[in-house]
Amino acid sequence: MNKNLLNTSSLPYCKGCGHDIIAKQSIKALESLGYLPLDVIFVTDIGCHGIIDKCLNTHTVHGLHGRSPALGAGVSFGIDNPDKKIIVFIGDGGATIGLQHIMEAARLNLNMTVVLHNNYLYGMTGGQTSGLTPKGFATTTSNEGNPFSGYDICQLSHTAGASYTSRVIGIGDITDDFVKAFKIKGFSLIEVVEICPSYGVKLNPKRKLAEIVESSGRKTGVWINKKPAYKLHNNKNTDDLISKLPVINDNFEHSLTKPTSIVLSGSAGEGLQLAATVLAKSGIKSGLDVTQKGSYPVTVGVGFSTAEINLSPKTIYFHGINIPDIVIITSKDGLNHNLKRINKMEKGILFIDSSLDSPTTKAEIIKYDFRSLGAKNAALASVLFFAKKTNIINYKAIFNIIEEEKIDKKVPIDKIKKELHI
Amino acid sequence: MQEKDNNKNVLIDGSRLIIESLARAGADTFIGYPITPANLLYSYGRQRMSTMLSAPDEITTVQWMAGLASTGKIPVTATSFPGFALMIESINMAYMMELPMVIVLVQRLGPATGTATCGAQGDLMLLNGMISGGHPSPVLATSNFKDCWELSEKAVNIAVKYRTPVVLLTSKEEVMTQKSFNLNDLKNIKTVEKEYFDKDCVYKPYSNKTMVPEFLSLNQNKHQIRINASTHDQFGILQHSTEDALNNTIRLENKINNIINEYSFFEYDKQEGANKLIVSYGITSAAAIDAVNKLRKTGSKVNLLIAKTLIPLSAKYKDIIEKYQKVIFVEESINNQLGRLIFGIDRPKNMKFVGGIGKMITPEKIIKEVENE
Ligand SMILES: Cc1ncc(C[n+]2csc(CCOP(=O)(O)OP(=O)(O)O)c2C)c(N)n1
Ligand code: SF4
Repeated sequence: MNKNLLNTSSLPYCKGCGHDIIAKQSIKALESLGYLPLDVIFVTDIGCHGIIDKCLNTHTVHGLHGRSPALGAGVSFGIDNPDKKIIVFIGDGGATIGLQHIMEAARLNLNMTVVLHNNYLYGMTGGQTSGLTPKGFATTTSNEGNPFSGYDICQLSHTAGASYTSRVIGIGDITDDFVKAFKIKGFSLIEVVEICPSYGVKLNPKRKLAEIVESSGRKTGVWINKKPAYKLHNNKNTDDLISKLPVINDNFEHSLTKPTSIVLSGSAGEGLQLAATVLAKSGIKSGLDVTQKGSYPVTVGVGFSTAEINLSPKTIYFHGINIPDIVIITSKDGLNHNLKRINKMEKGILFIDSSLDSPTTKAEIIKYDFRSLGAKNAALASVLFFAKKTNIINYKAIFNIIEEEKIDKKVPIDKIKKELHI
Repeated sequence: MQEKDNNKNVLIDGSRLIIESLARAGADTFIGYPITPANLLYSYGRQRMSTMLSAPDEITTVQWMAGLASTGKIPVTATSFPGFALMIESINMAYMMELPMVIVLVQRLGPATGTATCGAQGDLMLLNGMISGGHPSPVLATSNFKDCWELSEKAVNIAVKYRTPVVLLTSKEEVMTQKSFNLNDLKNIKTVEKEYFDKDCVYKPYSNKTMVPEFLSLNQNKHQIRINASTHDQFGILQHSTEDALNNTIRLENKINNIINEYSFFEYDKQEGANKLIVSYGITSAAAIDAVNKLRKTGSKVNLLIAKTLIPLSAKYKDIIEKYQKVIFVEESINNQLGRLIFGIDRPKNMKFVGGIGKMITPEKIIKEVENE
């Protein structure tokens, strides 16, 4: 088997491009570490550095601009084998648009190495300023020199949690710097500062790399976090989502002859959605077809809490409720949220807490002090009261569900029974 | 009573059915980023899939999925438009790389953030145009709990057999509403068989020998794999516009169009003598069924077509529709996206539309349009 990772010595970059040194020496480093071609996966970004794929005998993955660290992360999760080497080639442009992906891979300390080709500009698209261009460095979009400083990608990588981060100047033999980065278990990033002859050199004549690095306040060096490499935690006991669902036997009778829509509404934090679920399940227990949905503000702990329930002796298809047949209101929040449709009711029943004023409606109004049993019990009490008054479903079915759902410990069943005379 | 005793009635939501079915069909990885109304899918995915990862955004989500898919996993995510919009370039990438994945898209009211807790059917046109080049990318739309179960299995099947991202299109009311449901109505789900290239000859990741090239995971070291989202030849090597590379791109379009031969799903409720047809999909199908049932009770003759495979589009839809004197499209949008998908701008005069946003479309609204002479 061919042990060379490169299949050619002439790489497709402009003459003198710093990418050439990075590619050749990083590959030399991999070979010196004994990696065989197919134990290495190169994930390359969009940019000049990324056109290397065809020259490689390794696995190659060529994705989108800036996304290679995320794509490489996906490969790393999937491979989950530290003996395989995942190398991400990216430019400073890619690191700008995809900064989040580098941070995330560093934070999780994924097994992979990001080789950042920092030539201080977007080479492939014509030498524009990137987020890593240092202050004063001239590009085709800032001829007088970049007025802003660039990100310190090494500090970012290090503070995000990378096992190993280093900055080197891409001149001479830097193979050993690659060896050190590649040996790491976990996440390593090596920023190689280099120059693009086609744009960088032309626009910044006579400037030397070491001087650019220094004048931008950066230093070469190595930054280490001692921490374990990422290990994928596979969920071994995945729960079947349906076989353990409580099956509801329909051993109660109901008195419905046509579909009936119910709106139950009160205040958040008062157990209203739970009461709605109890009612819905009691419906199933009574042999009815049932739908249930909840609505509440995005800030779930405050304001109204409304549930819409359909009960029907026949299959329910459409489950929307415009003007309901029955409305049960346990608090002011609930009344306000449903006032418009209560006003529009031409028939049906409105059960409403006796603390509230009766709204305008043609529905029959039945008042009851649901809150006398405590705000937390009001919704459940209202559902039982509704069952007792209408007999649509037997309140015993509701008690049955309360027991089966094991919420009987949480609510004062005996008190409710006594209060409602059931 | 016999029948009653056999019932296994539960109170359940569509999200649960979708994730369980996807898992049984072979999906093994869930990547999540929270968004209403897809959060239930996320929490079920976390419980159910053997690998579960929380991504920091939706671009990362699909990138991770692609990386995982290239190692042989079958990843799933669930999102809504704002997240989906971020995913599109990465979905294009996975499409070009030919990597399997399923994205459950739960529609909500747009544009932009719109109303997170309000359902809608507004994303079909986006799905139809999301691949640069106008290439089709498979979309299956659920219209009831049975679909949540059965189409989820098909989505995994298509993703793996055709090596492509698949969108399972649904909406807020379909995945968040709890309903009584008899678990005995669920058919058995088969785990998809993954087939890998196992010959000794040179492996071409994008071989044109078959419509769908054989797959190999990055996790092996017998053959070199090249995965590429740029225009590439059969070896996966980037090319500007060589004939081989362009043919590869053309193959992608043909590959997806071929899906319709195997995965054309729709329901056609037909009674002899009807000259009116209601056409729907997704959440509005339920209202359409109620409307049809009510109309038929009053002696009015009307038929119903519920589309499920939306992309690639079946020619059968047009064939069926053209048999009718009056056709009523029903969709929770104000611009009849399914009608546009089937007929373009050249919509026939006998085509009516019942739409609207912000509220579920009622059976009564449909009935009114059917009866409107
Ligand atoms: C989303 C997106 N935006 C913009 C581009 C255009 N683009 C291609 S390469 C590139 C810049 C490459 O610069 P860099 O990453 O520094 O690599 P270099 O070419 O210098 O090696 C850009 C902006 C793209 N491909 N994708
Ligand atoms: S344009 Fe610049 S970065 Fe790109 S290959 Fe040429 S020298 Fe290198």
